[in-house]
Amino acid sequence: MTGIQLTPQDTIERGLALAADGGADGCVVLVAETSSTNLRWANNTLTTNGAMRGSSVTVIATVGAGEGTAAGVVGRSSVTDDSLQEIVSAAIATARAAAPAEDARPLVDGTASADWDLEPEETSVGVYEKFAPSLGESLKRAGLERRRLYGFANHEVATLYVGSSTGLRLRQALPRGYVSSTGKNADLSHSAWVGTATRDFTDVDALALDAELTRRLGWATRTVSVDAGRHPTILPPAAVADLMTYLFWQLDGRDAFEGRTVFSRPGGGTRIGDTLSSQPVTLHSDPALAGLEAFAFAVARSSGGSSSVFDNGLTLAATDWIRGGKLENLMTSRYTADLIGAPAATPDIENYVISVDGATGSTDDLVAGLGNGLLLTCLWYIRMVDPQTLLLTGLTRDGVYLVENGEVTGAVNNFRFNESPVDLLARFTTAGATVPSFSREWGDYFSRTATPPLLIPDFNMSSVSQAS
Amino acid sequence: MYKVGFVPDIDASFLALPRQELAAAALQRARDLGATFAEFRLERIRSESIALRDSVLESATDDEDLGLAVRVIHDGTWGFAAGVALTTDEAVSLAEQAVNIAQVSRPINAETIELADEPVYDDVTWLSSYEIDPFSVPRAEKVALLTDYSDRLLGADGVAHVSVHVATIHECKYYANTAGTSYTQQRVRIGPDITAHAVAEDRFDSMSSTAPPAGRGWEYMTGTGWNWDEELAQIPGWLAEKMAAPSVEAGTYDVVIDPSNLWLTIHESIGHATELDRALGYEANYAGTSFATLDQLGALKYGSPVMHVTGDRTAEHGLSTVGYDDEGVAGQQWDLVKDGVLVGYQVDRRMAKKNEDVLGTPRSNGCAYADSSGHIPIQRMANVSLQPAADGPSTEELIGRVRNGIYIVGDKSWSIDMQRYNFQFTGQRFYKITDGKLDGQLRDVAYQATTTDFWGSMEAVGGPQTYVLGGALNCGKAEPSQSGAVSHGCPSALFRGVRILNTTQEAGR
Repeated sequence: MTGIQLTPQDTIERGLALAADGGADGCVVLVAETSSTNLRWANNTLTTNGAMRGSSVTVIATVGAGEGTAAGVVGRSSVTDDSLQEIVSAAIATARAAAPAEDARPLVDGTASADWDLEPEETSVGVYEKFAPSLGESLKRAGLERRRLYGFANHEVATLYVGSSTGLRLRQALPRGYVSSTGKNADLSHSAWVGTATRDFTDVDALALDAELTRRLGWATRTVSVDAGRHPTILPPAAVADLMTYLFWQLDGRDAFEGRTVFSRPGGGTRIGDTLSSQPVTLHSDPALAGLEAFAFAVARSSGGSSSVFDNGLTLAATDWIRGGKLENLMTSRYTADLIGAPAATPDIENYVISVDGATGSTDDLVAGLGNGLLLTCLWYIRMVDPQTLLLTGLTRDGVYLVENGEVTGAVNNFRFNESPVDLLARFTTAGATVPSFSREWGDYFSRTATPPLLIPDFNMSSVSQAS
Repeated sequence: MYKVGFVPDIDASFLALPRQELAAAALQRARDLGATFAEFRLERIRSESIALRDSVLESATDDEDLGLAVRVIHDGTWGFAAGVALTTDEAVSLAEQAVNIAQVSRPINAETIELADEPVYDDVTWLSSYEIDPFSVPRAEKVALLTDYSDRLLGADGVAHVSVHVATIHECKYYANTAGTSYTQQRVRIGPDITAHAVAEDRFDSMSSTAPPAGRGWEYMTGTGWNWDEELAQIPGWLAEKMAAPSVEAGTYDVVIDPSNLWLTIHESIGHATELDRALGYEANYAGTSFATLDQLGALKYGSPVMHVTGDRTAEHGLSTVGYDDEGVAGQQWDLVKDGVLVGYQVDRRMAKKNEDVLGTPRSNGCAYADSSGHIPIQRMANVSLQPAADGPSTEELIGRVRNGIYIVGDKSWSIDMQRYNFQFTGQRFYKITDGKLDGQLRDVAYQATTTDFWGSMEAVGGPQTYVLGGALNCGKAEPSQSGAVSHGCPSALFRGVRILNTTQEAGR
C-alpha cells in the first residue's frame, strides 16, 4: 500500500468525484480520525500504556435498482490517494449487485459545518500532565499503606467528517476520557471502585479518587454476611447507569413493532404511550447536553432497526424517550419511523439523562434516609435473561455495604441479581438528584450518561457470590 | 510449524506490502534509542458482515483495518505506539513514540520487564485450515444462500420473523522482533447466527442455530462442518414446541449438558479463570480476577476426577489457533486441569519469566494476542477444551442415567462474577428427562452454580463421539477493550444436583 495520505476533506471531495465519475447516483463518504492515549496499572505499578492513532474511510454509494435504490458500503483504514479509487469502485460495484434497499430514502440535503476546513484534533500523553504525577503519588501511597491499586485512564479524540453528493460537509470533534480505579486491601479480601468520565483530565485528581477508595475500604473493616433475597437497596448513579444503559439500547422501534422486545404491545404494535412508571421519570437524549456532548448528526456505517446508511448527516434533535413515566418515543430511522407509524425519525443519540422531577439529594442523603438495607457500588457482567420482561442478570462488584439506621456500618458479600430495569422504574420509591455518572459495565464505550441514585425497596438478589 | 494444506497461499496483496522494510526501520530505530527489546507488527484485518431480516438484506459491510505497531522494552518498561501510514518515516516515528511512552512511564513503573526465552523462527509462514476464502465469493452469491436459509424458516408455520447474520474475518499479520524472529501468518474465521422468532398474543420467543463460529472459510456455510439442511428443517418445530412448553419448576436437578451449551460454561468458568494475568490481578479493574490463584497450582480441586481440561493453540479450525502468537511464541498444547486438579495456566512471555519457578517451566505457552495493530498484545485465551472419555458414553447413555432431570442444548444468556465463582446460564432448548428419556421441552430455565461445586458435580463425560468444538468470536478483555475469538471443545457431560431457576419467577411475575 503506497501513495499519498490525503486530508479528510480531500478524501471526501475526491471520493465524491470518483463516485460521480463511476456512475453512482449518490454517495456519502465518512472519514473518522481517532487519537487516543492510555495508562493502565495493577498491583501499584504501571502495566501497559500506549498511544494510538486510527483513520478510517467509509464510502456509501447508491445506484438505481429497478424501482428502488441500492447501496454499497465499503470501509477501509489507512487510505491513500491510490487506494481511494479501489474503495469507491468497490462500493459502486457492490451497490450495482444488490437488490433495492428497503430503507432507501433520498440522501440528506446538504449543510456545511463552519469548522469544516479544520484538521482532525489529537490527544497525546501530555493530557495526563496533571493526572500522572498524582497517580504516581497515589500508587506510592497505596504501597506504603498496604493497599493495592488497579486502574485505567483513557483519553481519546474522535474527529468525524461527513460529506455527501447532496452537499453535506459536516465536521465534529469530540473528546472523551475516563478513569476507572479499583482498590484492594492487603489480603485482597475486599475491594472498592470509583470511576468518572472526563473530557480533558484537568478535573480528575488521582489522589482524591484514592481517598474515596480508602474511605470505602475502611467501611470493610466490619464485614457482615447477608443472605440472598429481596432487599431494600440503594443504587448509586453508576449502578443506575449500568442498568439503564441496557434499557436505552432496547429502545429499537422496529424490534418493538415486530413484537420482540419489552416495548412491544401484546397483540401488535409498540407500547408508545404506555405508563412505565407512576413516578415523574424522564429519559432524555440531546447531543448538545453540556458536558455530555455527542455527535449532532446521524452516523451509520450499516443499516439496522434504528439506523440507516441513507440517513447519514441527519440532524439529531433532543428526544424524550420516556417523559413523566410514559414511553414517548422509540429509536427509528426515517424508514423504520414510517414502518411503525412514528411521526418522524428519532435516531439513536450517544448520550442520555435520566431524571425524576423534584428529586434532590445525593447517594449519601439516600443512605441517611434508609433504616436498613444495602448500598451498592456498581454492577457487572449484565446480560439479558428474558427479553419479554427485559430481565437482566449480573453481579454486584467491588463493594456492597450494609446500611443501618442511616449509616454505612460494614461491608457485605457480593450477590447475583435478576432484575428488569423497566420494572425498577416502576418500583423505585426514592430518587436523588441527577448527576454525571460513569457505568462500570458500559462506560468504556458509552460514558455520556447522567443518572440519579435510586432506592429500590425489594431488589432481587438471587444468590450470594463468593467473589471478593 | 509450517503448515501445508489445500488452502491458498498468503494473500498476495498483503505480501506486496513493504513489511520487512517497515519492520527493519522500526526495530533499528528502537535499538538506536536504547530499547533492549522491540517487536513490530503489521496487520491487515478484513471483515465482512451480512445481515438479513425476514429474508431481505438489511445491511452488508466490507471493512479493512490496516496498520502497524511497535512495542519496546526500554529501561525495563513497556512502551507501545500504533499508526496507520505504511511508510518508513511512520515506522521510525512509532519506535520513537514507543520509547517516549516507556520513558514517561518509567517513574511510576515498579517492575522491570523481562521476557521468557523463545527459540528464533526466521521468516516462517503459517496458514489456518480452510477451503474457501470468504472474500473470494461474490457478495450476491452469499446473500442468495443466506436468503434461501432464511426463506426455509420464514415459510414454516409459527415463524414470524427470521434474523440471519454472518461475520467473516480474514486476518494477515507480519511480526518481527529484535531477537530475530519474523513470521507471516494468515487466519480465516466465520461466525453464523440464524434465529427464528415466534410471536403469540401473550408471549414471544426465539430459536437459534447452534452452529458455532469456526476457523473455517465459506465452505462452512455450504455444509462442510455443519449440516444446515438438517438443522434448518428442525428449527421451526423446536420453536413451536418451546412456545407451547410448560414453565419449569425451580429446584435442584440432574442435568445433561450438550456441547452446544457447555462450551460457554467452560469459557467463563475455566477459560478465564485459568488466565494467569487475571490470577495475578492485572485485570482486577476490568475483566476481573480469578479464584484459581497461583498459590493453589497443583492443589486446587477444580472438579471431579473425570475432569481433564487442556489449553491449546493448535486445534484444527480452532478460533484461537495460530502458528505463532503476538510475541513470537510457537503454538502449543498443555494441561490446565488434570484429574480434577488445577495444573496449569495460560501465560505470555512476561508472566512466564516472572513466575517460572512456580509454573515449573521457563517458557511461555504462547497466549499473547492483540486484536488489531492498534492494540497492545495481552494474555488472551487459548482454545480451552474439556477432554472426552476414551470409550465414553453417548449423549443418550448419559441421559439414560438420569431419573428426573433436564437436558440443555444451545447457548443463550451468560454471566459470571469477577472472580469466576458464581455463574448463571440459559440455553436454546431445555428437555425434561423422565426415567432416562427425553420428555418434551421446558421453558423459562436458567442454571446457576459456583464453579468448583459445578465441576465437582460432574459425574461423567461423554465419549469422543459427542465431542464438538464450540466457541465465540467476540470475547472481551483488557483496557482498552479488545475482542478475541476462541474455541472450546467438549463432550456432553452429566452433572448431579444443579440449581435450576425459573426466570419468570425471578422477574417477580
